[in-house]
Amino acid sequence: MSLIDSISLPRSVRLPRVDGLIQWIVPLAIIAIWQLASVTGFVPTRVLPAPSDVVLAGWKLLLSGELVRNIWVSFWRASIGFLIGGSIGFAFGLANGLSQLSAKLTDTTLQMVRNVPHLALIPLVILWFGIDESAKLFLVALGVFFPIYLNTLHGIRTVDPQLIEMGRIYGMTDGELFRRVIFPGALPSIFVGIRFALGIMWLTLIVAETIAASSGLGYMAMQAREFMLIDVVVLSILIYALLGKLADSASRVLERLTLAWHPAFQKR
Amino acid sequence: METALRTSLPETELASRANFAPHARVVREERPVHTSGPPLSIRGLRKSFGDNEVLRGIDLHIPAGQFVAVVGKSGCGKSTLLRLIAGLERIDAGSISFGGEIQPEDIRVMFQEPRLLPWARVLANVEVGLGRDRASGDAHARAEKALAEVGLADKREQWPSVLSGGQKQRVALARALVSRPRVLAFDEPLGALDALTRISMQRLLERVWRDQGFTAILVTHDVAEAVALADRVLVIEEGRIAHDVVVNAARPRQRGSAELAGLEGSILSHLLSADDRT
Repeated sequence: MSLIDSISLPRSVRLPRVDGLIQWIVPLAIIAIWQLASVTGFVPTRVLPAPSDVVLAGWKLLLSGELVRNIWVSFWRASIGFLIGGSIGFAFGLANGLSQLSAKLTDTTLQMVRNVPHLALIPLVILWFGIDESAKLFLVALGVFFPIYLNTLHGIRTVDPQLIEMGRIYGMTDGELFRRVIFPGALPSIFVGIRFALGIMWLTLIVAETIAASSGLGYMAMQAREFMLIDVVVLSILIYALLGKLADSASRVLERLTLAWHPAFQKR
Repeated sequence: METALRTSLPETELASRANFAPHARVVREERPVHTSGPPLSIRGLRKSFGDNEVLRGIDLHIPAGQFVAVVGKSGCGKSTLLRLIAGLERIDAGSISFGGEIQPEDIRVMFQEPRLLPWARVLANVEVGLGRDRASGDAHARAEKALAEVGLADKREQWPSVLSGGQKQRVALARALVSRPRVLAFDEPLGALDALTRISMQRLLERVWRDQGFTAILVTHDVAEAVALADRVLVIEEGRIAHDVVVNAARPRQRGSAELAGLEGSILSHLLSADDRT
C-alpha cells in the first residue's frame, strides 16, 4: 500500500519530463557505441569516422560558413518546393473532393502521373531546366503533390455524411458547410498527407542535389566524396536525419494545435 | 382541485381502454399550456425508393402542439414519414401542410446519433442550431440558455468526445431547441441510450415539450416510450397508418402504471399479430 503510493505519486509528476527525454535514449546510445567502436579501432576510420571527428568536421564547416549556407539553400528549396506542390495538391484535392465534374475530369490523369516514379523524370528535368533552382523545385513540388492530393481528397470524401446532412438541415450555406464541417473533418487526413509529403520532400531534394546541383547539402556530400572527406559525408547524412526529425516535429506541433478536439490528441 | 380532476379522469376510462378504437375521437385535450406549434395536415402522401414503395398513401391531421408517436416494425416507413415532414426527402405524391407560413428554423430534427461536430466545443455546437441567426449578437446567450435547459450549462467549454452518450444527446436536444422550433421531429433519439438514461431523457423531452409547446413527432421502436410520451400513437404497417391510438393518461405520467402497460400491451399485440399474418 505505502509502496504503491510512493511509486505512483512521483511517477505521475515526473512523467512528462521523462517522456521528452526517453525518445533520445536510443540515438544517444547508438552514438556512444559508435564512438567506442571507432576509438577501440573495431571500426576503421576510413569506413566510418568517429562521431567526434564528424562533430569536428561540422565545426570547421560551420566556421567557414559553408555548412550554414548549404543547409539554408537546401531548406529554402525544400520549403518552396513543398509550398508549391503542396498547395497545388491541396487545391486539386479540394476540387476533386467537392466536385464530381472536376474529379471525373482530372482524377484519372493524376492517377496515371502518380504511377510514374518522379525521380525517373530527373534526366528529362535536367534537359528542361538544366541544373538551376527550378529543376529542384519542380521535382520536390511533384513529389509532394501526390501525398497531399490523395489525402486531402480522401479526407473530404470520408467526412461523415450525417454531419453534412445536419449542417444542411441547420441552414449552413456552402461556404459555412465547408468551413465548419468539411474542412475540419478532412484535416486529420490532410495531416497524414503532410507528414508523408515531408518525407518525400527530403528524399527528392537530396537525390536531386546529389545528381545535379552546385550548392546544398546533397552537393556538399558529393563534393566531400570526391575529396574522400568521409567525415563530411557522414555529417551530411546526420544533418538529413535531424532536419527530417525537425520537419516531423513541426507538423506534429501543428497537428496538436489544430486537432485539439480529437480524442487522440487530448491529454489524459 | 383541477389536478384532482386531471388525475381522476383516466381512472374512469380505464375499463374501456382495452378496445381503444372507439375512443379515438373522444379526446380530452392534453396540450401544453401555451402552444407555439402549428397544426399539420398530410394528404395522400406517397414515397418510393426505386421500385420499393415505402409510403402508400398517408392521411393524417395533427392538431397544433400535439405530441404524436409513430411506431411500427423496421422498414415500415415510419422514418421516411418523419424525413418527409422535416423536408429531408422529396415528396412523390400528396401534400404536407402546416397551418400557415413556416420557416426552416421552425422545424428541427433530432436523430438517433447526436451528430455533434467533434471539432466544436459544446456551446459552439448548440449555436449551430440557431441557423441564420448564428451571427447575431445574442447567439452566445441563447445557446447558453438552451444548454441550461438541458442541464449541461457547466459543460459549455468541453469537447463532445468527453461527454457520455446521454450528455451528447442532450447537447443535440439543446441545439434543436435553441431556435425555438415550432415542430420537432425525433427519429429514435433515445435508441442508442441505456435504459436509465432513456428514462431521464424521456422526462426531459416531456418537460421541454410542455414548456415550449411545439408540435412533436416521435418515431420510435419502443412502444413503452411511445405510450409514456405521446398524446397519440400511430401504428404504421406496410406504408399505411394501421391504427391511431389516443393516450389519455394524465401528465406527468407514472411510468409502468397499469393503464400505460395495458395500452402498451394492446399496441404490441397489434404489431405482433400483423407479423403473424405475413
